[in-house]
Amino acid sequence: MPVHPGEIPKPNTAWIWKTFWIITAITALEFAIAFVMPSSTLRNSIFIILTIFKAFFIVAEFMHLKHETKGLIWTILIPMGLLIWLLVALITEGNAIHEAIF
Amino acid sequence: MSTISPTTQAISDSALDKPRTGTWDGGNEPFNASYGKLMMWFFLLSDAFTFAAFLTTYGLIRHRYQPYTGTPEAFEFSTAYWPIPEKVFNAFPGLHGFDLPLAFVALMTMILIFSSVTMVLAVEAGQRFDKKDVQKWLLWTILFGVIFVSCQAWEWSHFITGTDEGTLMNDGTRFFGANLAVNQYGPVLFADLFFFITGFHGTHVFSGICLLIYCFIATTNGTFEKRGHYEMVEKIGLYWHFVDLVWVFVFTFFYLV
Repeated sequence: MPVHPGEIPKPNTAWIWKTFWIITAITALEFAIAFVMPSSTLRNSIFIILTIFKAFFIVAEFMHLKHETKGLIWTILIPMGLLIWLLVALITEGNAIHEAIF
Repeated sequence: MSTISPTTQAISDSALDKPRTGTWDGGNEPFNASYGKLMMWFFLLSDAFTFAAFLTTYGLIRHRYQPYTGTPEAFEFSTAYWPIPEKVFNAFPGLHGFDLPLAFVALMTMILIFSSVTMVLAVEAGQRFDKKDVQKWLLWTILFGVIFVSCQAWEWSHFITGTDEGTLMNDGTRFFGANLAVNQYGPVLFADLFFFITGFHGTHVFSGICLLIYCFIATTNGTFEKRGHYEMVEKIGLYWHFVDLVWVFVFTFFYLV
């Protein structure tokens, strides 16, 4: 409900900046790993895990999903989870094509 | 929940015009979320499928080609293997000839993440009905969004123009830059996927900027104040964060992995 003019509450932004610093730190870490570590499956796994961390903070805090009802959270998460299956299936397929060609 | 004048109030209080409140009568709010926000979530879910299809295709095609197995120092562009991103994206505006791997794209990522922060601040200000703060943070978000799209325009023009040396192609000619049919960096599909994935994302950022400009005008005109809530800022905020989220994935799968 609108408040009366002149009665604007003080901003409450500490949590926003906290989330921002977490995401910045993860990005800086990814950037550092890209140069310190040679390319390998382990490095790629680290990148993917850190990306999922970042995605968690953006979706849960910035998009406020953490504070929605459980039903809505699952409605969004379950179809996204199925996409991991698609990704794994098609990368396997890509490897199969690679082996057939080379 | 808008401010209703006394006459309208009297009419809507009559039994004829009472809002329906029964569970099966339109009175139920699924997931305790408003219609608009729920539909924005479902739209974003469908949009996530599109981007996931793009990134999955990238994964498939990358695994279909030979990987580069040598050291990064000895890397040379060739259509025989998939290029390593730090050797393709190593330019920075104004620093011609320097090898600055991924520096520009890291800057772009930070700009977009920061625009997400100013967006949350605008949403937060809307919940407090602080019109001035909403305007301020929306303007910052628009500014960072425009900077991001401009950076992408620079990146595209650099990618299309190519490096000074170009690459010696199989027919003995030198090719510079990239188009949808030939490129100097690697297999044809590498450049195609670059154009499609970053282009589709850039289009989303552009649409987001248009929506934010609408939001800014409506805030300035007092539209949301009259309506009694700033839900439109929240809905467009959801969209904007989603675009940022997609970039986080593009950054990892296109530039880091």
